[in-house]
Amino acid sequence: MSDLLVGITVFVLASFVGFEVISKVPRTLHTPLMSGTNAISGITVLGAIAAAGLGATTAAQVLGFLALVAATINVVGGFVVTDRMLEMFRRPRDGEK
Amino acid sequence: MIHLFYLACASAMIVGLKKLGHPRTARSGNRIAAAGVLGAIVAALVDTGILNWAIVIAGLGVGSVIGVVVALRIQMTSMPQLVSALNGLGGLASALVAAEVVTSTRLEAVTVDDGVNIVLSTLVGALAFTGSLIAFAKLQGIMPGRPILFPGQRAFNAIVALAIFGLAVWVVADGSTGAYWAMGSLALLLGILAVIPIGGADMPVVISLLNAFSGLAAAAAGFVVSNHALIIGGALVGSAGFILTIQMTEAMNRSLGNVLFSGFGAVTATADSGEQKPVNTADAVDVAITLAYADRILFVPGYGLAVAQAQHAVRDLANALEARGATVNYAIHPVAGRMPGHMNVLLAEADVPYEKLLDLEQADPQMPQTDAVLILGANDVVNPSARDDPGSPIYGMPIFNADHAKKAIVIKRSLSPGFAGIDNPLFYKENTLMYFADVKQALEEILAALEEV
Repeated sequence: MSDLLVGITVFVLASFVGFEVISKVPRTLHTPLMSGTNAISGITVLGAIAAAGLGATTAAQVLGFLALVAATINVVGGFVVTDRMLEMFRRPRDGEK
Repeated sequence: MIHLFYLACASAMIVGLKKLGHPRTARSGNRIAAAGVLGAIVAALVDTGILNWAIVIAGLGVGSVIGVVVALRIQMTSMPQLVSALNGLGGLASALVAAEVVTSTRLEAVTVDDGVNIVLSTLVGALAFTGSLIAFAKLQGIMPGRPILFPGQRAFNAIVALAIFGLAVWVVADGSTGAYWAMGSLALLLGILAVIPIGGADMPVVISLLNAFSGLAAAAAGFVVSNHALIIGGALVGSAGFILTIQMTEAMNRSLGNVLFSGFGAVTATADSGEQKPVNTADAVDVAITLAYADRILFVPGYGLAVAQAQHAVRDLANALEARGATVNYAIHPVAGRMPGHMNVLLAEADVPYEKLLDLEQADPQMPQTDAVLILGANDVVNPSARDDPGSPIYGMPIFNADHAKKAIVIKRSLSPGFAGIDNPLFYKENTLMYFADVKQALEEILAALEEV
């Protein structure tokens, strides 16, 4: 199989997994779910690392650096704020007193 | 070997997402997903054979510091803006990754497969970037939330989209760098054009759709740099975004096309404003007395509650009423607030147990047995026109039938129609009390008055 075909296979199967996993999530958790999945979409940081780390020309390095900063804010900010939200979703009897 | 490690990281993301689906395991789920992404980042650092370490470390460092500071300082009421801003950055990153590949390699030398992926990553990423920026500006109040329309808008957008498509074909077929940059610029423009005609009340749908887009952009970037962890992560986010989008449009009984293209909410109710219909106005004491003698109470929070930062005041009032023996629950409409589940987060911040948050199917059947419904900064989700008036723009949207409760109390700053610009007959009903005030201030005054009853 060519690389592209393998990639497409992976993509389609992962999409089905995504549909299965997400479709049962209760509405209460939709905001954290959105910010959490949003953080995962910052996984494009992997592409940015390659772009910033291998760029040969100055222009390429600048683009790579900007991509890396943007993607890192997306990942780090997304996961931290999701954690902050979910911390509040504890039951009161576990928390106070 | 490194591929197996990437697979483990991708699995961690899936397990994490799965756990995010239940309130009790959600927090650990988020952390597992974060660990998966972190692992993939470490693997990429080891695997890539990086030449410019200084740039990579500086980029990761700067991004992490900004990310942590913003995430810790943001107020919960501003979550919709934050998610759109972060989403925009993700889209931007995907587009920049593709642009870097174009700058580094001669486009003519790129295979057709790679060309397609570069084009997709650029287009979807650029669209998600400017689209999210506009959504952010509308939510933050930098731009007016109402739809911005101009004559020939749809035709113009269609021409831009066609031009993008033509340029994309040119880029793939011919490897023209000039065509590539033109295509990218037009995609940035289309992101703006696509979101400006959408009203602020429909932003939840837009954010969720753009989130799906940035996931797809990440997956496309994964094809460009041949990284399966990136493809899997992107696909997961893409499908999650589309599911949430569809669920929301279903909750409003509108199609996605209607949300995106109809300029919904632009037609304001100017025709109605001429006549003044009588309403029953009330003050804090009236409301406190009504609530004091009610056994079953439902709170219906809306965007006004978030704007007024009244989540703690609501909880205090509910506690006081429960101490007097009443049952207080919260009825959360699927599209309340400016992003799905936003009300749940705000109330969770105020320590309201999530079992007390009822969704539409749970809360609405209780209306006839409910003694008092307190509507806090919500409007369209309790508008009986959606049920009774086939001519109404929101006809068919599932609502809370607050007019079926024994008493409906509306706290609202003025009689002005809500975001959708639709008059609400509930306000003029005989068993409705209108209390015109800022939601937070009103709740505090009711609480004070309640102590005297």
